[in-house]
Amino acid sequence: MIKLNINGKEKQIDVEPDMPLLWALRDILKLTGSKYGCGKGLCGACTVHLEGQAIRSCVMPVSAVGEKKITTIEGLSEDGDHPVQIAWQELNVPQCGYCQSGQIMSASALLSQNKNPNDDDINNAMSGNICRCGTYPRIRAAIHQAAKLAREVK
Amino acid sequence: MDIQNLSRRGFIKSVGVSSGSLLLGIQFAPILAATGTDNQNIFSPDVFVSIAPTGQVTIISHRSEMGQGVRSTLPLLVADEMEADWQRVTVEQAIGDQKYGSQNTDGSRSVRKNYQKLKEAGAIAKNMLQQAAAQVWKVSPEKVKIKNHQAHLSGTDKTLDFSQLVAIAAKLPIPERQSLKLKTEKEQKYIGKENIRLLDEKAIATGHTVFGFDVELDNMKVAVIARPPVVFGQVKSFDDSETLKVKGVHKVIKIPAIEAPAGFKMLGGIAVIADNTWAAINGREKLKIKWEHGKNANYNTESHEKIFEDALKSPSTVVRKRGDFEQAKKSANKHIEASYYVAGLAHAPMEPPAAAARITESGVEVWACTQTPQSAQRNVMSVLKIPKEKESTVTVNVTLLGGGFGRKSKPDFVAEAAYLAQQTQQPIKVIWTREDDIQHGYYHSPSYQKVAGTLDAQGKVTGWYHSMVNHPIGSTFDVNAKTADSADLGLGDVMFDVPNIQVELGDTETFMRIGWVRSVTNINNAFAASSFADELAYAAGKDPKDFLIELIGKDQHVDFSKDKYQYPNYGEPLKQYPADTARLKNVIALVAEKSQWGKKLPEGHGMGIAAHRSFCSYVATVVEVSMKNGKVNIEAIHNAVDVGKVLNPDRVRSQMEGAAIFSTSLALYGEITAKNGQIQQSNFHDYQMARINQFPEIHTHIVKSDALPTGVGEPGVPPFSPALCNAIFAATGERYRRLPLNQFKIV
Repeated sequence: MIKLNINGKEKQIDVEPDMPLLWALRDILKLTGSKYGCGKGLCGACTVHLEGQAIRSCVMPVSAVGEKKITTIEGLSEDGDHPVQIAWQELNVPQCGYCQSGQIMSASALLSQNKNPNDDDINNAMSGNICRCGTYPRIRAAIHQAAKLAREVK
Repeated sequence: MDIQNLSRRGFIKSVGVSSGSLLLGIQFAPILAATGTDNQNIFSPDVFVSIAPTGQVTIISHRSEMGQGVRSTLPLLVADEMEADWQRVTVEQAIGDQKYGSQNTDGSRSVRKNYQKLKEAGAIAKNMLQQAAAQVWKVSPEKVKIKNHQAHLSGTDKTLDFSQLVAIAAKLPIPERQSLKLKTEKEQKYIGKENIRLLDEKAIATGHTVFGFDVELDNMKVAVIARPPVVFGQVKSFDDSETLKVKGVHKVIKIPAIEAPAGFKMLGGIAVIADNTWAAINGREKLKIKWEHGKNANYNTESHEKIFEDALKSPSTVVRKRGDFEQAKKSANKHIEASYYVAGLAHAPMEPPAAAARITESGVEVWACTQTPQSAQRNVMSVLKIPKEKESTVTVNVTLLGGGFGRKSKPDFVAEAAYLAQQTQQPIKVIWTREDDIQHGYYHSPSYQKVAGTLDAQGKVTGWYHSMVNHPIGSTFDVNAKTADSADLGLGDVMFDVPNIQVELGDTETFMRIGWVRSVTNINNAFAASSFADELAYAAGKDPKDFLIELIGKDQHVDFSKDKYQYPNYGEPLKQYPADTARLKNVIALVAEKSQWGKKLPEGHGMGIAAHRSFCSYVATVVEVSMKNGKVNIEAIHNAVDVGKVLNPDRVRSQMEGAAIFSTSLALYGEITAKNGQIQQSNFHDYQMARINQFPEIHTHIVKSDALPTGVGEPGVPPFSPALCNAIFAATGERYRRLPLNQFKIV
């Protein structure tokens, strides 16, 4: 049995220790918001937070997670009201939507460390996330918008 | 606006259950027309709308959502027409069923083919509600106005909600289509407006969407398949002893070898069935398979380029001929020619193919991220040998698609799921890994092209020659298909007003599955034609934008038949959807104005322009680049687009943004190659995608037009790569005639 802390809840799962966190989340815990895109940490569709840092869950074995807190897209906010989630909707960012969980998790990790990122900061933080539909300019605009929303809330 | 959150549980429960069984009220008698093919012209408006006794309106989305916004746009068109309040509308994704007409979501035609029909569907509902209210109030229907989910009696403040009218309306006969009065643009309250939100926005933002990969059925197992590395190869022998030791692996099943033509058939191979995806992937890695590669193992992309070149030395087919190009060459002041090569491409949607299937007592149920549920249904019937008369026992549920780009028009993966569900008598989800997706695709063929032009003493173009050879898409369906195909996509239909034109095709053999990728051969045809137009402009010593407008010439609807060319025009009559040179010139003028074409640029910068009509839509693109340390940077992107009437301006813009980025990926990196018949690329490290840091803001300028609405999913792609390369030429003086550009070390 492997113990995990997912979205603030303790979970016990019976899986091989080398199973990547992504498959544990999706297949075992039925949290399918985190997506498979490459299995090699190349595209960012599987991005979740490990103690607040954006990581690629497709290349992180569950055995390496330990006691650390995992946050997935499903646990990012109570009611889909994280500033990044709101900005994403206000700017109609998504096209197909498949990569957007990963984009949102990368973007929210960025904003937790940098309250007012400029374009370069955003490009650096987000260039590990591929969007095949081509929503990049809107992602950048939405991160600026989310930063603004977060400042207004405070 | 109402947010339709397709929760997992809700999705599985609701999809596939006919709305008629849940909702009373207006569910008009379906007019079925069973033909066995995806006929784009079949329509029965009555199947798209139903109203519950509560007044809740359900509108069917019969096309697949893959990012183009069809679920946010077409149901809204119906709601607008019938004056439904969008807050009281539920959108239901259709299963595959011919009663909806074609559901084949490709060819940029969901709007083009459904605009009129869905307006009529909404108008029928409105008309019946109006008549119902007239009955209640005992007045003539003209005294009743339907507005915002209510009937209003004119001259009074009396109202009746849709909920109060359903029972009466349901008993009324369906009005004749001719009697319907459709809304004018001014009367629309949702359509054409700027503030249309995405239907699934909250579900996406919170991770609650259901894509093909996300389908979960009771007792479901996951399958991954080791497919033959070479198409039409087969398993010689295999040893699964190590695989079966992997915890969670249940079974190993051999899938029979495929026979030519490939069509949408399963590729064959060895399937590993497991409790979860990771076990299945691990189990597959431990298979020891000896393959018989077959005759396609002789194919090498690199050496085949020489065969392409030879094929165009003696083209097999004249597509279009006007005047006499050879004569034009003899009398020309200048004659230039060039050859172009565009590499093969894979679709690489972010969600690779995935499908789930289960065998039930009454038939087969499938869930798939398919662009075409009806051909998926036929494909399942074919693999499970289900006769035509039992078609209704095969239910194909359509999930959201994590990108499509044409890959998910090919339901080979749906057949795999159905086959394995039958073999195991267990619910099975087949998932393709990224490696599977890149290595076993339906590729956009590499292509080789020759273009030539002649100029008179004034620098006016007197002759245009364009020939192309590729592995035809036709070869996927017919082993005898040798002649390059899709000449009607940006090759034969060139809109230049030149007295001598010749367009030809070459023949070649094919060694892999070829398919259509977003905008199809427009990708390579427009790259060559629009790059070469730029070459001619420089040869004539003229500004490329002015030259292009001159080359397109006078205002006219191009009459291809004069050149003995029966142009299919994307399946539309040229009378309604003409090849209108005025519209093409107009988008050029607009993009030039908005991008400030001709402005003074910093050292090392250059601007390039290209314009292209495809899928009956018109797009002109200007790209500005800069060169730093020998590497190209994109500084600005402008598109001007004329798609006729615009239903959802935001989704027009998003498609143009997406097309520019999709095109950047293919222009900079897109290259699928085979060695000994095996695809050499496997994942995003060697089949790269453009990233966020490579893009400035992308500007889209939409022409206001009353023309019939046309699609926008693909038309933004063709003009981008030539505009990019024309910009690089303007900046550097280097002409790049081969894609991708990373082979030149400028990326």
